[in-house]
Amino acid sequence: MAADPITNPATPPSTSQAAVFGKQAVTDALADHAAILGLKDLIVDAKWDRKELTLTVAPETILAAAQAARIAGYNFLEDVTCVDWYPTEPRFQLTYHILSHTLKQRLRLISRVSGDDPRIDSITSVWPSANFYEREVFDLFGVHFPGHPRLTRIMMPDNWNGHPLRKDYPVEGYR
Amino acid sequence: MSRNSLLEDPRPSSFLEKPSEDTSQVTDTTGATLAGFRSAEDLLIPGVEDVVEESTTHHKPHGSDPINDQTMVLNMGPQHPSTHGVLRLVLEVDGETIVSLAPDIGYLHTGIEKTCEAKFYHQVVPLTDRIDYICPMTNNLAYALAVEKLLDLEIPERAQYLRVLFNELTRIQSHLVWLGTHAMDIGALTIFLYCFREREDLLRIFEAVSGQRMMGSYIRVGGLSVEPPLDIYDKIRAFLNAFPSHIEEYEGLLNANPIWMGRLKGVGYLSAENAIALGVTGPPMRASGVDFDVRRDMPYSGYEKFKFNVPVSNDGDVWARYIVRMQELRESTNICLQALDGLPEGRITANAPKIILPDREQMKTQMESLIHHFKIVTEGFQVPAGEVCSSVEAPHGMMNYYVVSDGTAKPYRVHMRNPDFATLQALEVMCKGQLIADVVAVIGSIDIVLGAIDR
Repeated sequence: MAADPITNPATPPSTSQAAVFGKQAVTDALADHAAILGLKDLIVDAKWDRKELTLTVAPETILAAAQAARIAGYNFLEDVTCVDWYPTEPRFQLTYHILSHTLKQRLRLISRVSGDDPRIDSITSVWPSANFYEREVFDLFGVHFPGHPRLTRIMMPDNWNGHPLRKDYPVEGYR
Repeated sequence: MSRNSLLEDPRPSSFLEKPSEDTSQVTDTTGATLAGFRSAEDLLIPGVEDVVEESTTHHKPHGSDPINDQTMVLNMGPQHPSTHGVLRLVLEVDGETIVSLAPDIGYLHTGIEKTCEAKFYHQVVPLTDRIDYICPMTNNLAYALAVEKLLDLEIPERAQYLRVLFNELTRIQSHLVWLGTHAMDIGALTIFLYCFREREDLLRIFEAVSGQRMMGSYIRVGGLSVEPPLDIYDKIRAFLNAFPSHIEEYEGLLNANPIWMGRLKGVGYLSAENAIALGVTGPPMRASGVDFDVRRDMPYSGYEKFKFNVPVSNDGDVWARYIVRMQELRESTNICLQALDGLPEGRITANAPKIILPDREQMKTQMESLIHHFKIVTEGFQVPAGEVCSSVEAPHGMMNYYVVSDGTAKPYRVHMRNPDFATLQALEVMCKGQLIADVVAVIGSIDIVLGAIDR
């Protein structure tokens, strides 16, 4: 039988189906998971839902978490994106999808940053491919990435007002 | 036969089916180094302003060295046929040699991700057609898989087979557009006409199936929109039976063509390490020696039931990308035939009347179906809260859809990870030190669609 795309082979079948929430529960259920082992000290919260592993880390430790994920075998950064949970605080959820070519697994790292002065360290030093993705998040959400080589708008014109993918930005734009 | 003829090429080519143990070597050099990528600083590609700023520092004081102080900043695009859409490149050139290069994108930004947040889940499907408009069905599938994962829907086997069949036909269609335009950029106009002749056959098949030549929205959440017409299978089979001879026709015109070889071989080199560091996926990554294909390694939509090879090359140049894609055309033909042979009977939609629109016939005769139809059209269907990521192997590379639901009938966030966006980042590394004419060859070889980059 072909390998299940998302289930960790080490995961017992009973836990692979059901959703598991919370740091303690996930680390218990997926004790052998490469990502859990690699990021043990950095995880703040965790979620195993629909056969996808989501690990929450504190925004200050995102660079360390990215490095730890790479050492754990997750060698390919797929994308960096953001979800705006306005008006909840912390408002912005940064989402990093990281793939392992050898483990054939995907890891989702998330980190929540506050709505006033949103900023999180750039991970371009770990994966140069984050360059365009962080520029896109900066352009469309207004999240700053200290350490990025040149954080400029990528989609919208340079003189554009506002960040279109924020939830308080109207779909039709300002008229 | 034709694979042998490739190996008999007068110049040695290291194209080979790479054994699986070689992949560990690739990840050893890229995945396990602790101090970041060895050349991470070099890989931070410049922005447009960087290129312009740097060029001023390359000028020596006027008149001090009249021969050697000339670099020039050059605009390529956005209106340039060889950039395959509205891509603007800012080049700094020393004579004809590229010193540095920066892509400027966003000319086609239409805010599709924002629009998705204002639509019901089923209304997003036509929007996904328009992202990577060369392969609409692949976009449909990636989106449908993500929402189905949120809904926990089980898709009947017949629908899965048809999805695979049309995805592979879409791949053939997309590669034909790539080959035609790529060859036309290099100056081989005949190939373009041949490729579009075959593409026309495929578009007629898509039209017969979905009613549209390109933006078919054929693959929906929960299955497919309509049952294909009965005579379509014979037409597809006739196309597939004839297609290998067409591939040989293209290769007969190109493989031993001295201009084609001269323009492609050794141009635009990308190492496996850089391909991974810069997020390159799909044929350009496999042409650099990374043996990873989502269809084989993380199968979706029943791909684990199909037998196919994943072409890999270690050369990493434009020629290797050409070879890999030509082999992919053969493999796709093979997968399509397997899908036709093994096509099971059954439904084409999941059994979920509150999510999938009923047949017109049922809607007009059964009260229950009419109610479902009315409810779906007016207020959509609610999707359990959560976040999922679906991943498919699109013709250009790995395409992911990240869908976040807050439990309502409209997606809270839809993000598309299009392969083209990341592949474009590798353009600078591939073009540095090459000639302007090589930039055109490299752009053709990475096969980008600006609709997918700008979204």
